Amino acid sequence: MSTTTLEKTEATPPAPQPGRHTRGRGERGTLGTTLLHGGLVVASLVALAPVAWLFYLSLGPDKDAYLHPGKILDSLSFSNYSYVLQHTAFFDWFKSTMIVALGTTLVGVFVAATTGYAVSRMRFPGYRQLMWVLLLTQAFPIAVLIVPMYQIFSDLGLIDTYGALILINCTTAVPYSAWLLKGYFDTIPFEIDEAGRVDGLTPFGTFFRLILPLSRPGLAVAAFYNFITAVAEVAFATTFLLDDSKYTFAVGLQTFVSEHDAQWNYMAATAVLIAIPVSVFFYLVQKNLVTGLTAGGTKG
Amino acid sequence: MTVAIDRATGERRGDRAPRSGLGRRLKQGYQKHWYAYAMIAPVVIVLGVLVLYPLVYGLYLTLTDANSLNTARTIGVNHIDATYKFIGLGNYKEILFGPLAYDRFWSHFLWTAFWTAACVFLHYTIGLGLALMLNQKLRGRTFYRLLLVVPWAVPTFVTVFSWRIMLADSGVINQVLHSLHLPEPQWLEDTFWQRFAAITVNTWCGVPFMMLSLLGGLQSIDPSLYEAAEMDGASTWQRFRHVTLPGLRAVSSTVVLLGVIWTFNQFAIIFLLFGPTGAPDAQILVTWAYYLGFGQQPRDFAQSAAYGVLLLSILTVFTSFYFRWLKRNDQLAV
Repeated sequence: MSTTTLEKTEATPPAPQPGRHTRGRGERGTLGTTLLHGGLVVASLVALAPVAWLFYLSLGPDKDAYLHPGKILDSLSFSNYSYVLQHTAFFDWFKSTMIVALGTTLVGVFVAATTGYAVSRMRFPGYRQLMWVLLLTQAFPIAVLIVPMYQIFSDLGLIDTYGALILINCTTAVPYSAWLLKGYFDTIPFEIDEAGRVDGLTPFGTFFRLILPLSRPGLAVAAFYNFITAVAEVAFATTFLLDDSKYTFAVGLQTFVSEHDAQWNYMAATAVLIAIPVSVFFYLVQKNLVTGLTAGGTKG
Repeated sequence: MTVAIDRATGERRGDRAPRSGLGRRLKQGYQKHWYAYAMIAPVVIVLGVLVLYPLVYGLYLTLTDANSLNTARTIGVNHIDATYKFIGLGNYKEILFGPLAYDRFWSHFLWTAFWTAACVFLHYTIGLGLALMLNQKLRGRTFYRLLLVVPWAVPTFVTVFSWRIMLADSGVINQVLHSLHLPEPQWLEDTFWQRFAAITVNTWCGVPFMMLSLLGGLQSIDPSLYEAAEMDGASTWQRFRHVTLPGLRAVSSTVVLLGVIWTFNQFAIIFLLFGPTGAPDAQILVTWAYYLGFGQQPRDFAQSAAYGVLLLSILTVFTSFYFRWLKRNDQLAV
């Protein structure tokens, strides 16, 4: 332990003068820098191109615009957007998506919170099994549950309801959230729990009065993650929603492209309208998301 | 947020009260465990109802000949009772060893294995390459990072459609190839190119996650290790091989496992890229199972569920071997 601290104190002095640092390791001339920028520019273009192309096509005049993209420049317009907003079920889809995604988020996080804490702090008989189950349920192929779920919900008359879709999404959202939250709770010092216990709080008290208020960022990340996953869910929504006014975006977008007719221009406009808010939202939480997803990792 | 938490507290305190008698009795030896079990109860109950019950029911269905013609259903006001019967392990036998086993299961199995290996390999190597580039001191690093994350930020069901327009017969990719006088493959019709396109699209979608995770891993490597390696005269390659890669081991083992699971189960990309009925030979097991259960008429529920069970078994076996392998390597490393 003492050696690590020693190393660290030794390592700190060079930090204020990064010149030495770069010269030492990154012996990178102008050529190296150019190559680096070149590589990153190419990669960025590849990353951006499909999305940019979709946006470009959404400004086109008709559904065959993608066949002669050069002509789009002559007739740029937002007419596809006004059509989508006025003549399709866009706002119905928006409503469905919000109901399903928010429902999944709320249930997922609230059900999972105490479990995340328990597996972060306590060791009990069955701990390993529970962690194994949490990990394995994340790995469930949709094919395992979709058939029995379809049968069960048909028997209950719940096909084509938001509630059914929320419940199904929870099969993945709950274990994910528990996993993410465990990762976050692990980062909160155990001393806080001990202090709480010394002051006479029960484990529940410690959790609700001390840990939960401290873990708002973690809860938010789990919530955002559930939300984004639920918005992007394709298989269950496609199977369980039948009425086209109840479609979520993931199902609605498919309706523009059938075997008989492909309204690419409206599809592109709708896609852009969906993509902008979702990706802005994503960028807001992206950094925490990565740490959250990998933190829970192999420690189980 | 605060309101919600307060409400949760209230509920918790409320329903704990009647149990306190039990709690006091068990307090001596089991106090700690009792709290733990109470805390995991919500998840255990939810998973029991939403996962375990359907799973068991699904297992039962795989032992029957259930399809959309003989299961219970309601047409108008008439309710028709289920008439499917128990056939034991017949479905598994037919899937794995029946006369059509190769065409229906094994060919898809091989393709799924190749798809998973190829995609995860590409995700990891490209992601690592980009992460190493982004980890350099560089002007505009944040900007590059923002752009490179785009494929993850935009929902998959949106970007897949964008690829579908670009890969269409006379889409922009073939227009570019045409102007370069290169052959124009039928990306969405020819089996080989369908598979090629599917791997390309999935790679494009999956790289950002790997890149960001590995970048986080790179940044958490202690710089003094590099300095020490430099003092000892290690070359760039040696520093990469003996400092960077070992430093990334923990992150890598997690993201590779997640990558394998996600890619193996990747439904949306193949389903949306080829449409619900297109490309029978480019279907991976998950989408193929979905096709059997919901894409064709009559819907073959029993076989679809049996595929699901087989898929889950494959993943379970893989994951436990993976963990065993990790554990052994760790012991060797220590």
